[in-house]
Amino acid sequence: MSETQLWTAIFVAITFSLYIWIAYRSRVSDTKGFYVAGGGIPAPANGAAVAADWMSAASFISMAGIIAFSQNGYGGSVFLMGWTGGYVLLALLLAPYLRKFGKYTVPDFVGDRYNETARLIAVVCALVISFVYVAGQMGGVGVVFQRFLGVDRTLGVVIGMVIVFFYAVLGGMKGITWTQVAQYTVLIIAYIIPVVAISANLTGNPVPYLSFGEILQQLNGLQQDLGIDAYTEAFTRTSMINMVLITAALMFGTAGLPHVIVRFYTAKSVRAARYSALWALFFISLLYTMAPAIGAMSKFNFIDQINGTPVDETPGWFNTWVDVGLITVSDSNGNSVIDLAGGFAATAADVGVTSEVFVNNDIVVLAAPEIAGLPAPIVGLVAAGGLAAALSTASGLLLVISSSVANDIYYKRINPAASEARQLLVGRIAMGGAIFIAGYLGINPPGFVAEVVALAFGLAAASFFPILFLGIFWKKATAIGAAAGMAVGLSFTLLYQLWTLPTFFGNDPILGIPPTGVGTIGMILNLLTIFVVSQFTPKPTPLMQKVIEDVRYPGRSELVVAHAEGTLSEAELHGEDRHDRP
Amino acid sequence: MDAQQRQAYWRENLKLMAILLTIWALVSFGAGIVFVEQLNSVSFLGVPLGFWFAQQGSIVVFVLLIFVYVKMMDRLDARYGITEYEQEVHHS
Repeated sequence: MSETQLWTAIFVAITFSLYIWIAYRSRVSDTKGFYVAGGGIPAPANGAAVAADWMSAASFISMAGIIAFSQNGYGGSVFLMGWTGGYVLLALLLAPYLRKFGKYTVPDFVGDRYNETARLIAVVCALVISFVYVAGQMGGVGVVFQRFLGVDRTLGVVIGMVIVFFYAVLGGMKGITWTQVAQYTVLIIAYIIPVVAISANLTGNPVPYLSFGEILQQLNGLQQDLGIDAYTEAFTRTSMINMVLITAALMFGTAGLPHVIVRFYTAKSVRAARYSALWALFFISLLYTMAPAIGAMSKFNFIDQINGTPVDETPGWFNTWVDVGLITVSDSNGNSVIDLAGGFAATAADVGVTSEVFVNNDIVVLAAPEIAGLPAPIVGLVAAGGLAAALSTASGLLLVISSSVANDIYYKRINPAASEARQLLVGRIAMGGAIFIAGYLGINPPGFVAEVVALAFGLAAASFFPILFLGIFWKKATAIGAAAGMAVGLSFTLLYQLWTLPTFFGNDPILGIPPTGVGTIGMILNLLTIFVVSQFTPKPTPLMQKVIEDVRYPGRSELVVAHAEGTLSEAELHGEDRHDRP
Repeated sequence: MDAQQRQAYWRENLKLMAILLTIWALVSFGAGIVFVEQLNSVSFLGVPLGFWFAQQGSIVVFVLLIFVYVKMMDRLDARYGITEYEQEVHHS
């Protein structure tokens, strides 16, 4: 066992024991604790939990690499702005009001505000989005175990499954929340320490915000010598209009993702929900403002060390990543030296054709400490951070799956007479089943997972955001309007994505609209559909309009309480002719 | 709160939201994308300004926007005598 492996094993053992200890301390025995942690989580802790929930293997492991390598700098800004800007929408437009409404899940709001058809569409959307996402997390766990501990990928995923099973099934939302607070702490320390160390190494200035400019200038110079577009040059990869479309799809998608929204239900009060959003974005911004720096520094180090290196004298870190297949190299011009002229290959298959080297986005953060020659404990810490990011997001998604099955389907549709204990049991069984499927998908990832994760945002933007937003801000948005809007937005977006994606039909984009940006157009269609259809369909009952009115003010109001407890008359709330509820 | 006060409260809330969301769109879609090339001729901390907005600046502004929002809403609530907001709201 190498020194790096030893340190990784030590950090993984310490952090995993911590998670299990927290889970044991916060085990729950009722559905309120299981779904929303009893609704009593203080705002800073809730914010840290949202941040850990949000920052997945994609944010921690892949994002800096996507920005620096596959998007060549500026093009990657869509992820930085999109995945943070959505929180402004959440904080101002959704979180406080949904908290006041007081339910357990997103489909719950949709079903109560509109009708049962809309609830079912929402349940299906929530399940699809969450399963797609969680498969990626389990895959990330496998990569970290494989590379840093030399463990078989399958075994790595199984270890991850066992840990998540333990704290999610036992503690539900309460266990997940407090574990996520610990996981946020681990992942942010693991991200900041190497960034600061590399920044100090490269420029003598440990503050990455201040050294960023110097590194960018040097990187621009290096890339110019190699004939690559300048790193800071705008619109070299993505046109202006597509930058706007993709950024907007990611922003509105972020605000519509069920596993993020559900976290605001755990806040103690409306005011606590607002503060949770503030803390969440603050904690997220720490990593997101560092990501462009670590991406640029890693790329600089990479080009600096590898370009012109004889093929048989490559550094050790380079060789280990080649061994696990995440760097592909070919001396295609046969001069026994690695040439980076012309840049990096877009895919592993292009190596030898357009360029001599392909770098998988996933290694940029994980390899950064080794590339910069930092000591083994830091390398181990980064591995533990990657695991924390993947596990915390996986557990939040599993909770959405579990509560959708146990609350929205089993309790609300199949067996409304179920006792607390029974609902809890169904929730735990659903959680166990979901972990099993997620693990399976992590071990045998379907080829299109990476593509579909980015597309999940488009689907969330086109389906959830408009109906949640109008459900609060427009009292006259009708049930039929919402169901129609969701159906139009979702099917338009999904069909266009299937039409253009290489794994499906692979047709050329229409008018140059990228499949990752089409969610913005789907969202606009959804809004228009609700607006038009609502003009001709039965208005919400006076009582429902009064409930929505009440949701707009913080503080306690008897009407909203009565609604949340289900003591209001169904006929008065949803209209006389409605017999579709159990 | 009576009906008139409620209306006034809601209108102030909407006005605050409109102002903050305008700034939100200006820093991200404006400075970060549409006007990025013009702004890149200026440099901030050694980084071309448009690029800085796209990669770091907009995120910093987003945090400040939510900060201003929660503080202003606290003041708005206090002015309209909403004091029970710390009280736990229900769940079903």
